[in-house]
Amino acid sequence: MTERTTEQAPPQGPRDEDPAAGSATLDTVTDPGPARGGRSRGSSSGGRGERVFRGLTSGSGLLVVVAIAAIGLFLLVQAVPSLMANNANFFTSPLFDTRDPANLNFGIRDLVVVTVLSSLFALVLAMPVALGIALFLTHYAPRRVARPFAYVIDLLAAVPSIIYGLWGIAVLAPALLPVATWLQGNLGWFFLFAPGNLPVLTGTIFTGGVVLAVMILPIITAVTREVFAQTPRFHIEAAQALGATRWEVIRMAVLPYGRSGYIAGSMLGLGRALGETIAVLIVIRAATTPSNFSLFDGGYTFASLIASAASEFSQPLPTGAYIAAGLVLFVLTFVVNAIARVIAGGKVNG
Amino acid sequence: MATTTGLDAPERPAGGPTFQPLSTGRKVKDRLATVLVVLAFLIAVVPLVWVLVTVVGRGIGAILSADWWGRSLSGVLPESFAGGVYHAIYGTLIQALLAAVIAVPIGIAAAVYLVEYGRGRLAKTTSFMVDILAGVPSIVAALFVFAAFISILGGVQSAFMVSLALVLLMLPVVIRNTEEMLRLVPDELREASYALGIPKWKTILRIVLPTALSGTVTGVMLALARVMGETAPVLVLVGYSQSINFDPFTGNMASLPLLMFSELSNPEAAGQYRIWGAALTLILIIMILQLGASVVSRFSAISK
Amino acid sequence: MRYQRRAAAVGLIAASALLLGACGSDENAGGGGVSAAPGVTCGGKPDLRSSGSSAQNNAMTRFVATYQQTCQGQTLNYTPSGSGAGRNEFLGGQTDFAGSDSALKDGDETTRAEQRCASPAWNLPLVFGPVAIAYNLPGVTDLVLDGPTAARVFNGQVATWNDPAIAALNPGKQLPAAPIVVNFRSDESGTTENFQKYLVAASNGAYGKEAGQTFNGGVGAGARGSQGVADATRNTPNSVTYVESSFAQRGGLGVAQIINSGGGQPVPLTAETVGNAINNVQVEGEGNDLKLNLDSLYQANAPGAYPIALATYEIVCSNYADDQTATAVRAFLQTALSPGAQQALPEAGYVPLPEQFKQRMTTAVNAIQ
Repeated sequence: MTERTTEQAPPQGPRDEDPAAGSATLDTVTDPGPARGGRSRGSSSGGRGERVFRGLTSGSGLLVVVAIAAIGLFLLVQAVPSLMANNANFFTSPLFDTRDPANLNFGIRDLVVVTVLSSLFALVLAMPVALGIALFLTHYAPRRVARPFAYVIDLLAAVPSIIYGLWGIAVLAPALLPVATWLQGNLGWFFLFAPGNLPVLTGTIFTGGVVLAVMILPIITAVTREVFAQTPRFHIEAAQALGATRWEVIRMAVLPYGRSGYIAGSMLGLGRALGETIAVLIVIRAATTPSNFSLFDGGYTFASLIASAASEFSQPLPTGAYIAAGLVLFVLTFVVNAIARVIAGGKVNG
Repeated sequence: MATTTGLDAPERPAGGPTFQPLSTGRKVKDRLATVLVVLAFLIAVVPLVWVLVTVVGRGIGAILSADWWGRSLSGVLPESFAGGVYHAIYGTLIQALLAAVIAVPIGIAAAVYLVEYGRGRLAKTTSFMVDILAGVPSIVAALFVFAAFISILGGVQSAFMVSLALVLLMLPVVIRNTEEMLRLVPDELREASYALGIPKWKTILRIVLPTALSGTVTGVMLALARVMGETAPVLVLVGYSQSINFDPFTGNMASLPLLMFSELSNPEAAGQYRIWGAALTLILIIMILQLGASVVSRFSAISK
Repeated sequence: MRYQRRAAAVGLIAASALLLGACGSDENAGGGGVSAAPGVTCGGKPDLRSSGSSAQNNAMTRFVATYQQTCQGQTLNYTPSGSGAGRNEFLGGQTDFAGSDSALKDGDETTRAEQRCASPAWNLPLVFGPVAIAYNLPGVTDLVLDGPTAARVFNGQVATWNDPAIAALNPGKQLPAAPIVVNFRSDESGTTENFQKYLVAASNGAYGKEAGQTFNGGVGAGARGSQGVADATRNTPNSVTYVESSFAQRGGLGVAQIINSGGGQPVPLTAETVGNAINNVQVEGEGNDLKLNLDSLYQANAPGAYPIALATYEIVCSNYADDQTATAVRAFLQTALSPGAQQALPEAGYVPLPEQFKQRMTTAVNAIQ
């Protein structure tokens, strides 16, 4: 990737010669462009074999671009007939009624609310914790245990999401009930903690958000950790030389260097939360009235709605309505991931 | 912490006399930060341990039973504690392996393109799209396969359709891992090969790729581990079957996530037994793959 | 070094191949202690295919186990893909018969079925699953409801447990002043459809909502699947739901007694009381097509008849193009009607067919050609 050579994060400095555990490969990824010239040398016009091989590899690269384009295109093609037949306003209607193919009424208002609310809540919970873990693994834990500890955090990502869903509803939801009750009792005047559209306080966006926070924690941590570990030794030593405490070293050297990576990692986590399907489907309960913009609402996210209807995909028009919702989700995650990449400036690997 | 008195520290003098103790405020802040950072780590460990204890506690009985690994649930009554999940293990593995068969060559070729050939706008776009693809939710990948291959091209639901969706999820992982390994291959190796008059493509095939092989294998295993736990594609693209189906191109096929999802509608205690047993089985398979990946990468890391 | 790595890769592939090729098996000995059914003429196509309603899946699993015992070497593969999919696959000729929560719709669907079979298709209501109004009400047992009151609970008009309407049906019971939490199925289901049909048919218009596969009551909190609503009800005090009786029993929930449309005494949910309702149900279909008039079930007025049940059909051809298929379908359905298979149904949360009704079914099954 040629544009990885642009280094956005201040301050510029020589690369860390001895990156900490878990980032053994990263410094070379960012190595400056001109030095890679050697890889492009050799006889580029080496006859037919060369042309075939070059064609095959570029073709594969092109295929990735084509795949993304195809996802957008095919979803759009399948969604348009249903959108034309839709009797409700697609963007403002809280209904999602596809029972009668001759009278479709579907809109994404509530899907947007539930999806965004649960993902942002998860992000708010996960971001500080992930920051702490990343600092712990790179600058607090002894080298010897940093690697196994990092593996423990990565294990969180290895647990399949359906298991988080089962755990969330069977084990976590009852445990969170007192917290939810307290929040609504004492902070109910604030719209986020106001009574929602469910008659119960378990299986709400609140519960779902906590589950999502656990699930995106390893992603944010992994990215942040990699960037923190790249903090130039020279910056750290300069800070130490000034007599800085460990915390001051982090504030003066590590955080400024890693901020963009941290934000990028959080955006990747947000992208993951937006698209999470099964855990949300199992945990968050359905409601009969539109959302109140409260964390104690129920409802569907884009992903969970599509999965809930998956067994009914038989008639084209109702199916197209769900595909339209999928298209919006695709655009949403596209934007979030693109922002993550721009912020990171090629410093991190999703 | 030696401070050199001869140098002017900018803005703030570096604490006056050399051995003056830290001010209380700074000390407290430092301690507080340490406590918070350690606390953050512990907070993350809580749900992990909680989930793992739940899964192991509820699932250990199932996976220790005699038939668990070798039998299917064919003909087993909902309340019966008999049978096993062979059919689902097979489905999980074959769906992931089929996806790998498609995704690995394409992924490696794309990585070769990005590292060895790619320049200009197409390479930039490709690299950008790899990141986007990495962020595509699995339900969207499943919907795409449904829209393209089932609605428009008239295919039928089958395990192979699931594999196609998994290809999209595996590709970015394979590409990124291979890319990193290719960049680690020393240029001296390439140059030595060119110096012998070997064309570039042969150099890549014979020298560069074999050197990067272990990293690629690691990447593939991590990619496999990632897609095996996916539930969304199997929900949309294949039906559940209690019996073994060896044919990924026709008929219904179980997989561990799909089995768990199906057993959610079983009111009997045996349903819970199967769900948590399958959960533990799935975690074990994924952990074995991840451990395998780290072993492979440690054994044959390219020395810099 | 290179060869070592290559060997590692080869080893990995070999290991996975081994694992996949290892001898897993579908043979689960015993089949849970079912015994062979007498009086069944075995033979015909060795592997039948059927798909459809998931509501009858547990019953089908049992029937299949008995069928395998009775007719050695014969089997049936039933896929619970949903009633709509089941009917479509039958009409498309992919399956030999369909399992469905509703009979073939008049008009297009019936015509297509006749084309597929080259003969009339029959709706055979083989499996009846009672639906419970299940509640979690600390301190209250033997809750009694009638159609209109149940309808007003599930559309939100009756919002607290000590509402006069409920109190009138439950004299002397300590009903809490707590709000009623309604748990409904958030997924599309035949249970929801049948339950709402009951609320419409038995409430003299009090429900005021449409029946359908999704819950239209407009109150409460949704949960996925029968297990979902049962769990939600168990975990939420003062809540109520509708769910197949097996889930209510396994979940340890209270099951309301129902005063049916004939008035009279509250009727508890038992195999016998549901059987009473089935015996009195009217058949709409002609001859051996046993399509039911479900309103006559929901508005049952005989004493001791429990009116809420989900009827699931097997949809078969009256005259199969292939004799082998006909023989096997007949043998399977004969097995399902055998005393052994019927006696096993209560364990799975269904009711055995009452004798009178079973006779009509047997006649129809034996007439399949």
